[in-house]
Amino acid sequence: MNDSTRVALAPIEIVRKPSAGGDRVADAAAHRRLTINILRYNPRDPASVPRMQSFELDDAEGMTLFIALNEIREHQDPSLQFDFVCRAGICGSCAMVVNGRPTLACRTLTRDVGPVITLAPLPGFELIGDLSVDTGKWMRAMSERLEAWLHVRDPDVDLTRVEARMDPDLAERLNELDRCVECGCCVAACGTAQMRPDFVGAVGLAKIARFHLDPRDARDDDDYYELVGDDSGVFGCMSLLGCHDVCPKHLPLATQIAFIRRRMAAQGFK
Amino acid sequence: MKIVYSDVLVIGGGLAGLRLAIAAKRRGHDALILSLVPPKRSHSKAAQGGMQASLGNVAKGRGDNEDVHFEDTVRGSDWGADQDVVRMFVNTAPKAVRELAAWGVPWSRVRSGDREVVINGQKVTITEREEAHGLVSQRDFGGTKKWRTCHVSDCTGHAMLQAIGDQAIAASIPVRERTEALALIHDGGRCHGAVVRDLVTGELCAYVAKATAIATGGAGRLYRNTTNAVICEGIGHAIALETGVAPLGNMEAVQFHPTAIFPAGILVTEGCRGDGGLLLDADGHRFMPDYEPEKKELASRDVVSRRMEQHIASGKGVKSRWGEHLLLDIRLLGERHIRHNLREVWEICHHFLGLDPVTQPIPVRPAQHYTMGGVRTRPTGESPALRGLFAAGEAACWDMHGFNRLGGNSVAETVVAGMIVGEFVADFCDDPANDVDVPTALVREFVEAEQGKLDALLGGQGTERAPELLAAMKALMSENVGIFRDGERLAVAVESLQALLRRSRDLRVHHASPGTNPELVAAYRVQKMLKLALTVAYGALARTESRGAHYRQDHPRRDDANWLKRTLATWRSPDDLLPTLAYEPLDVMRMELPPGWRGYGARDYVDHPDTARRTADVTRIRETMDGADRHAITEALMPWRHLLPPRYRGHNERIDEPLMAADD
Repeated sequence: MNDSTRVALAPIEIVRKPSAGGDRVADAAAHRRLTINILRYNPRDPASVPRMQSFELDDAEGMTLFIALNEIREHQDPSLQFDFVCRAGICGSCAMVVNGRPTLACRTLTRDVGPVITLAPLPGFELIGDLSVDTGKWMRAMSERLEAWLHVRDPDVDLTRVEARMDPDLAERLNELDRCVECGCCVAACGTAQMRPDFVGAVGLAKIARFHLDPRDARDDDDYYELVGDDSGVFGCMSLLGCHDVCPKHLPLATQIAFIRRRMAAQGFK
Repeated sequence: MKIVYSDVLVIGGGLAGLRLAIAAKRRGHDALILSLVPPKRSHSKAAQGGMQASLGNVAKGRGDNEDVHFEDTVRGSDWGADQDVVRMFVNTAPKAVRELAAWGVPWSRVRSGDREVVINGQKVTITEREEAHGLVSQRDFGGTKKWRTCHVSDCTGHAMLQAIGDQAIAASIPVRERTEALALIHDGGRCHGAVVRDLVTGELCAYVAKATAIATGGAGRLYRNTTNAVICEGIGHAIALETGVAPLGNMEAVQFHPTAIFPAGILVTEGCRGDGGLLLDADGHRFMPDYEPEKKELASRDVVSRRMEQHIASGKGVKSRWGEHLLLDIRLLGERHIRHNLREVWEICHHFLGLDPVTQPIPVRPAQHYTMGGVRTRPTGESPALRGLFAAGEAACWDMHGFNRLGGNSVAETVVAGMIVGEFVADFCDDPANDVDVPTALVREFVEAEQGKLDALLGGQGTERAPELLAAMKALMSENVGIFRDGERLAVAVESLQALLRRSRDLRVHHASPGTNPELVAAYRVQKMLKLALTVAYGALARTESRGAHYRQDHPRRDDANWLKRTLATWRSPDDLLPTLAYEPLDVMRMELPPGWRGYGARDYVDHPDTARRTADVTRIRETMDGADRHAITEALMPWRHLLPPRYRGHNERIDEPLMAADD
């Protein structure tokens, strides 16, 4: 829980308004009402206090939290803050805590989590307002801290020449680790990250593992030890593995963290 | 008043904006990026299937080169493209793939030996040669003669954005995340930067720069059904339009992608069809060969989308509670292929449709996908009307797509345009004549004008609400300015959009909550979007022909005699209710590839008076130079190489085409 959610909560205020379904087709199977409880707080408004607010609307087949939250904002409360970009589960913008579990809201179907749904912002990140948190700022700082970019061996590669070869299986394995969308779920689910604001999280360690695997990166274990060989890095991980459980992209975080820890421990004993 | 100065102000943090900023930074100019969202969340990420570059590594890509890529792109554009720009693009695309390979993109690689693929519904064995083992692989895509689409499984845009986003961080390029440019600062002839709103604090600030580049992507959200991300609202186009002087080009050219999942509108890649997937109707019949015997499912997107809608209209759609759709069947590709090469597709089907594409066909129907039009620029990326204003990527119309873009050419364009326009931006900044020389009084005037507009929305006595206007606009665009257009419905759209624009001047925001205030954001955006929607609809009404994705049922023929020209739209006065249209003719006598039949779609078109003469010229030059080096022939037909920045002029090496000593 971050600071904003630790404040004593005001009583739940129920907003009862008929849900104007727009041009949504009337849905025989979905004569159920959803109750969506949302943790509201606007840190920029001195009059705002953290509180739970409930909204009701009609469920519909195929309804996602993306559709539901937009419907609430359009028809019930235009001040509600949340972040969606791709609404297709690929950009990582919409991570939030859904019924206690960090996940991507856009691809969460209401039928799987309803009829009472409780939403809170992702802990561990600066709160912008309501369900919107500043994952971008956190990720950029982590990237700068870990130098999480490919350290190009030859910056003056001749672009007119045929590209360097790579083993097809290695390319597939690299892609497997490159699929992180920086949504922040792993940080929100991490015990260490909640206690140590400087912990780089599974997202950071997975990036190190990804560059470690890539022969195009000029760094070696000595360089990586400088980056993650301490308690804000791989030795801060308590192996609770909440990260692994919640990763929406099912990255092999447990094995990658274990791998980096083994390499860094060996490096430390050298 | 807070003013932030930089050499280059880049509006938009997707692939084009990031690559452009990196180019400027490498040339010693400080670049600063404004982005609505963290850059790695940009819509560039949604590019799944891949990027076209004529590397010719795979067996089915042998013989590919810039010339073939050029012809495919021009035919795809229905001769609307600027052929100089297409040439610049196809020569740089292989360099872009190779640069990204060096920057860490895990391109899928060729595996030598036999492999089984699906072509035209049949399993076929292809043998990849030993020399190609480990080089970047290509897959098939629509509208192309060769397998040319380089890819990273089916998450190509994601992998490219990771690598370029990372390199921008490595170059210490600052990104002001969650900021939005509301207006360009200019004096009618020179652009000086932008008035920018912080989407966290709600504050306005001025960003002043030598060069300002718009790289804000497309405007799909003008439509109800679109594959575009929710941030693709065309605000970058709109602020250029609102200068009153910078023209937008060909805004009526809007692409509809054949395979958006139904009804959510999320894209599934063209790679599904490229890899062998089929389109089926309610009877399970594969209908595309009936309409397009040559290219079948792999005709260009405009053609496939129209055939699908035509087939649905003939009563063959699958009926569902949400309306009718067709089916994309990739079951024949097999589980391993789907789970590895079409993994995003599998995930999207799993999460949003609750089905497994390994065992079930995917419900699809065309949805808005791409904005071919954009901020009109020269081949350098600079606006012809506002000095110091540049544009790149989907937001720009430099104009390489004409009236239809080929799959795989957009994600390629983002990076290529970033590379090329970035060099021209750097040249511009090198010139002392372009130093920042703007009175702060002018900056203040623009900031105060924008603040005044926001105050009016917050404190006004208006009665209108943004969500209603937005929904009405989207419905009008989808129903009347969609795949099939006619004069009557377009006129209805224009008139109704004008009524909405009038109403948008009477908007009121009820909540004055500090910070971003989403209600305020929706209100100022809808005012801009309505102008842009009118520019699309009015341009479509005026264009009484069919070309590429612009299909007029009342004017079904392509009419080169009257319409081989680019629409230029400006919005002269803030009080106007329509854009002012002007036209820029395309010069047939300069074309390397004179207008003709595309090789798919309708064969019926009206020739331009110059076409026969130019075709004869081209034939004569080709005959005279028979046996000459292909590069020399293209230069003789249409000199273009001098238009590229020197560093990208070189020939591209291929396994089958080693560089000559003279090329070095």
